[in-house]
Amino acid sequence: MIPVYGLVLAGGSSTRMRRDKASLLYRGKTQLDRAFELAARHCAEVFVSVRAAQVTDPSRAAHPLLVDSVPGEGPIVGIRSGLAAFPRVAWLVMACDLPFLSDAALDYLLRERDPDALATAFLSTHDNLPEPLCTVWEPAAAAALADYQAGGGQCPRKFLIRNRAKLLEPLDARALDNINTPDEYAAALAALESNTMKLRVQYFALMREQAGRSEETLETAAATPAELYGELVGRYGFTLAREQLKVAVNSEFSEWSRPLAAGDDVVFIPPVAGG
Amino acid sequence: MRFRFTQTAIDTAQARLELRDAGAGGFVSFEGWVRDHNEGKEVTALEYEAFQALALKEGERIVAEALARYPVKRVLCIHRVGALQLTDMAVWVGVSAVHRGEAFDACRYIIDEVKHRVPIWKKEHYVSGDSGWVNCEHCAAAPHHSQHAQHADGQRAAFDVDAPR
Repeated sequence: MIPVYGLVLAGGSSTRMRRDKASLLYRGKTQLDRAFELAARHCAEVFVSVRAAQVTDPSRAAHPLLVDSVPGEGPIVGIRSGLAAFPRVAWLVMACDLPFLSDAALDYLLRERDPDALATAFLSTHDNLPEPLCTVWEPAAAAALADYQAGGGQCPRKFLIRNRAKLLEPLDARALDNINTPDEYAAALAALESNTMKLRVQYFALMREQAGRSEETLETAAATPAELYGELVGRYGFTLAREQLKVAVNSEFSEWSRPLAAGDDVVFIPPVAGG
Repeated sequence: MRFRFTQTAIDTAQARLELRDAGAGGFVSFEGWVRDHNEGKEVTALEYEAFQALALKEGERIVAEALARYPVKRVLCIHRVGALQLTDMAVWVGVSAVHRGEAFDACRYIIDEVKHRVPIWKKEHYVSGDSGWVNCEHCAAAPHHSQHAQHADGQRAAFDVDAPR
């Protein structure tokens, strides 16, 4: 199957929020950085979609950027620009303002992806319509989206309704809730804070040396070992890529997407060398 | 326990006694020793470290697999942890069986699987004064997006290449 690149949309004008949504903070990390790191755990390459006027914005410039290259307004421009820049890959297109989007949801979307459809998307739990801003767009969607836009269409949701897309019921009702207003931001912050839990993490070998400790109990909002590793790479600068590691939860090998629970004991396992 | 750790020298005489069986016509053992070189570097000493809670389970699974795959009588694997010097024994595997063929096969299976699956790590100390964790240092991947670092302005990266790498 052709590879999937990630495109995090951060070109919106954040009118209702009255401040730039990309730079809203959750536990000290911007919404854009969180979304980028989430996508990077699932995609071969990840870019941030921006308008030309945004390329020097500091919260965006730290990431590889993909500047809008087709005319028009709204997210369809970002989606088409991605498909135009790399016509031979599929794109996981994600809005940056989905604070509840999880590794488990993306694992599911990518596992269920139908490369023979134009796109694979979730259905919204609010209106049961396709959610275009957490969708895998296949290369064949490029021409169809161009035709759609040439015919006056602007709405990628309507495009998904009218064209051949594989549509999935979401596993988690909240995963696609987006955040548009200050009130919604406050509610999301509170929900994510109350979502934190205490975990015990043990470190061995190279990772023990890099963390400077053999174990710790920490408070985290990470829902899975994959998210926790991303958080700890940020804290300790571990040099091993996640693909080189295995993970154990409660002294047994685990999937990276397993949901973590309070009190779990997590160990990241570097490449072994017994004997 | 048919897979265990020791902080001190492995007592092979005692280990061998545990494998005696009136139905066994043969006994095979493998010893892993600390040698003075690895991958072109002169080694002076080693440290082994294990995540014992999981390592004991995985080691026990390997031993059980060997017993299921090969018609052998008894098996035992002992791995040392801590600081080791040149010529010290790092690991011992013993198998007793009715016939020698199965004993050799089971012994080989156990040591191969232990090396690949059990969470044990080896730090080598070199003559140069340097040290390193085997299998962890050389292949430590560059950060995932480092290839974009050269694009100071970022946005060009998207358009330089139009094919997946």
